Amino acid sequence: MSTILSIQNLRKSYAGGFEALKGVNLDIEEGEIIALLGPNGAGKTTLISTVCGITMPTSGTVTVAGFDILSNYREARRLIGLVPQEIALEPFEKVINTVRFSRGLFGKGRKDSAVEDILKRLSLWDKRDNQIRELSGGMKRRVLIAKALAHEPRVLFLDEPTAGVDVELRKDMWEIVEQLRADGVTTILTTHYIEEAEAIADRIGVISKGEILLVEDKDTLMARMGKKQLDVQLTAKIDAVPDALSSYDLTLGDDGWTLVYSYDVNAERTGITMLLNDVQKAGLQLRDVVTRQSSLEDIFVSLVNQPEAAQ
Amino acid sequence: MNWTAIRAIYVFEMTRFFRTIAQSLISPVLSTSLYFVVFGAAIGSRIDQVEGVSYGAFIVPGLIMLTVMTQGISNASFGIYFPKFIGTIYELLSAPVNFLEIVMGYVGAAATKAMFIGIIILITSFFFVDIQIQNPAAMIAFLVLTCISFALFGFIIGIWAGNFEQLQLVPLLIITPLVFLGGSFYSITMLPPVWQTISMFNPVVYLISGFRWAFFGIQDVPIATSLLAIGLFTALCLGAIWWIFKTGWRIRQ
Ligand SMILES: Nc1ncnc2c1ncn2[C@@H]1O[C@H](COP(=O)(O)OP(=O)(O)OP(=O)(O)O)[C@@H](O)[C@H]1O
Ligand SMILES: [Mg+2]
Repeated sequence: MSTILSIQNLRKSYAGGFEALKGVNLDIEEGEIIALLGPNGAGKTTLISTVCGITMPTSGTVTVAGFDILSNYREARRLIGLVPQEIALEPFEKVINTVRFSRGLFGKGRKDSAVEDILKRLSLWDKRDNQIRELSGGMKRRVLIAKALAHEPRVLFLDEPTAGVDVELRKDMWEIVEQLRADGVTTILTTHYIEEAEAIADRIGVISKGEILLVEDKDTLMARMGKKQLDVQLTAKIDAVPDALSSYDLTLGDDGWTLVYSYDVNAERTGITMLLNDVQKAGLQLRDVVTRQSSLEDIFVSLVNQPEAAQ
Repeated sequence: MNWTAIRAIYVFEMTRFFRTIAQSLISPVLSTSLYFVVFGAAIGSRIDQVEGVSYGAFIVPGLIMLTVMTQGISNASFGIYFPKFIGTIYELLSAPVNFLEIVMGYVGAAATKAMFIGIIILITSFFFVDIQIQNPAAMIAFLVLTCISFALFGFIIGIWAGNFEQLQLVPLLIITPLVFLGGSFYSITMLPPVWQTISMFNPVVYLISGFRWAFFGIQDVPIATSLLAIGLFTALCLGAIWWIFKTGWRIRQ
């Protein structure tokens, strides 16, 4: 696979001096779906806006299929479709006209069959002659997608496509992204929903305070960080881990009422049986045993709170 | 040149115009008719003739100019302010177009609308007064140039404006006085010498004079000066817009 989008050392300071991007490096492969996860104000929208030409980079370079976004902006932008975070549409215009407009604006000649195809795919064909203000919020979001796809881009940016969208539409959205992948479209989406990244992305990037903390294959990430925990709850409180158990990776939890054992799910031997034996030998009484698997959410939270964990 | 994009913007803007065509036309036609009644009939009956032209006919070029200038400005300023206001400007900024193409689309549409209304005013005036146009080609040329240059100016205002009040402030505060004092309803030569000198600093004087020359062959300033003035104004506006897009002033952070 080849790199379709390459971001190097991208910095962005806003007029007030606030640095929203602090040297972002990111390479995106053609045809992949990558999810950018990050808390509010992390710089996700700023990153997308800068790549798409809505804000000016302070320094660094971005190329799309080898075209620089500044010196070759025409070629670069023709390849990009953008669905913004906020719904912004001309309220009195007809659905089909705004989609045609987008296609023309990006330099593609009028082609009714292409527009029809996009509207049908987004279940908007019945609404094509309606004014935008007559549509529901979810439909408006789909009009934004239709506009972004109107010029048949190779790279699609979806800035929080499913924020405030009901479960059904969210599933629809995921399906659309999946279909686009079949057509070879590369998708970069931002989201707050971990399940969303888990459900559709091939790779996951975590961004916080203007920096990319980590970009990893979803499966690798899950496996690498996919530690399981065993909580050994005791009938009596202890002050410290007994010396007899010092060879295990144990921490004390719950004010001394629980022994927490971390182990790798993928390891051949988890060491649970031995641990439980040794716990009894040490004279401790078990009340209960619970296992927990860390989800992407835990990984995400721990990354954002202590970025060193990414290394 | 991305002609497809220019056409897309132009068509989109013209659709907006035709969607509200009745509103777009009724107010200029009504106010012009009122001007004819007030200035042409009431005042004209006392002034009779200006430089050999009946007063009713004399004010026609000025009236058209007045309408065309205000329409050019308001159409273009609204045309670009609206996307800024509702947020759809993101699409323009992310499109493979340069400033000239955006300007050609928006200003072209705004100028066309102004032109359209200007011609409607001209037709309306035929119902009130008897006019012959001595030099139709020059008349059209002046009309087109004025529409374009004032639409360019309006485009700048639309980008500058931070709210709807500001959008209306400039036309109200600057353009209306300049146009009224620019000889729309009188000849500059009718003024005392001091005011004649002051008027020479009003760019609108040159436009109206040139336009009136195309109608009746009479002029306050030489026709070449008029052309120079309008050329200069257009160039200034274009330069300002080029700078705006180069620096991203008020549109691109
Ligand atoms: N136009 C602007 N001027 C100044 N600062 C800005 C501007 N736009 C964004 N910022 C700041 O840049 C930082 C990143 O904002 P950005 O919108 O990129 O975050 P985000 O990751 O998209 O957040 P969210 O998840 O809430 O959409 C924030 O601190 C924000 O306040
Ligand atoms: Mg955002």
